[in-house]
Amino acid sequence: MRTSGIRILIIYVALAVTINVIGCSVLAQGNEQVIKITAKKFAYSPKDFTLKKEVPAVLEFTSQDVLHGFNCPDLGIRSDIPPGKVTILRFTPQKVGASPFHCDIFCGSGHEGMGGTITVVE
Amino acid sequence: MNNEMNRRGFLKLAGIGGFILVSGLGGSSVTRAADSGQDGFTFAQLSDTHVGFDETDINPDYAGTLIKAVATINGLATQPDFVVFTGDLTHTVDDPKERRKRLGEFRDIAKGLKVKDVKFLPGEHDAALDSGEAYREYLGQSFYSFDHKRVHFVAIDNVSDPRGIIGDSQLAWLAEDLRKRDKDALIVVLTHRPLFDLYPQWDWATRDGAKALELLMPFKNVVVFYGHIHQEHHHVTSSIVHHAARGLMYPLPAPGSVPKKQPVPWDPAQPYRGLGERTIEAKTKTGLYLLSELPVRG
Repeated sequence: MRTSGIRILIIYVALAVTINVIGCSVLAQGNEQVIKITAKKFAYSPKDFTLKKEVPAVLEFTSQDVLHGFNCPDLGIRSDIPPGKVTILRFTPQKVGASPFHCDIFCGSGHEGMGGTITVVE
Repeated sequence: MNNEMNRRGFLKLAGIGGFILVSGLGGSSVTRAADSGQDGFTFAQLSDTHVGFDETDINPDYAGTLIKAVATINGLATQPDFVVFTGDLTHTVDDPKERRKRLGEFRDIAKGLKVKDVKFLPGEHDAALDSGEAYREYLGQSFYSFDHKRVHFVAIDNVSDPRGIIGDSQLAWLAEDLRKRDKDALIVVLTHRPLFDLYPQWDWATRDGAKALELLMPFKNVVVFYGHIHQEHHHVTSSIVHHAARGLMYPLPAPGSVPKKQPVPWDPAQPYRGLGERTIEAKTKTGLYLLSELPVRG
């Protein structure tokens, strides 16, 4: 009787994990991962963030002062970030790992330190 | 190689795409290189002088390094025909008045060169915040061409647009300038940023540089001299050879060698390490360029 109960519990837990995994997968396919990023002299906020591989991502940029740029060569994405509007950049990360990005529009004396990192995980 | 070269310390001699690199030379060895007879001439390249930079842990001799480099050029037994500064002459500053002050200070030091034919190019530190306005006030046009003893020189501005591009109008000017040249012409391009994607992760590229290289591709003998990366670097794209110069304020790490691009701190055991200028002997009969790297001496 006790052994039978343990078996049922194991089956239940296994079933629950399976449903959970499938559920996550369905959820991921139906939802984009959205990151809102502000840019101002001479930093992004957030400057470091994580995305899931093969899940469509939406980066929503807002410049709080001047024209900035966003360039992540490792992921092959870039955009101008003009002030006064929201700039949207859509892509689906395919490469796991840390990819640095930087401002590629010279914006002032601290420009060369303006950057961050996108970490893509499985 | 003659005995004088051996005695002076001939560190390396490498032939890549029509140039010979000579490192660690000085004094009469360079004089020998400059003594090119009837078939050539010598010019000097100085770069990334960053006048206005004042971080003593990076360069405690920030006010004296460029002056020493000028003295080195002035001390050459045979003076180069001309000197070119390939950008980032001043360190960037947000205040337009201070930017002009720095440009004036740089110009005054450059006036100390014995050679009076001095060419200038802007870097993004000089020109990107005001589209080159202050630079042009002090140092003239930011892009131009000229001929010198059978070599056609083209100076390309890839910094006055803050996006780090050449731009369509300048590319149209370049196309027109090159249209008049024979395909066998000797062409030397002077610019600040690399025209190829050296390491875009550190912004070591020109976004529309490939368009300029495409215009240059039909020519058989093209060499590019640039700055921006504060270190010696040699690269070939198709038949075009690219040579980056050392800077004269602080060295930067090799591309991608560290997670973040930062100036290499001063090493008291090796002062001025990684800083320097070069002379270039152009052999106009053969299209060969002899590069001599000159260190800054304390």
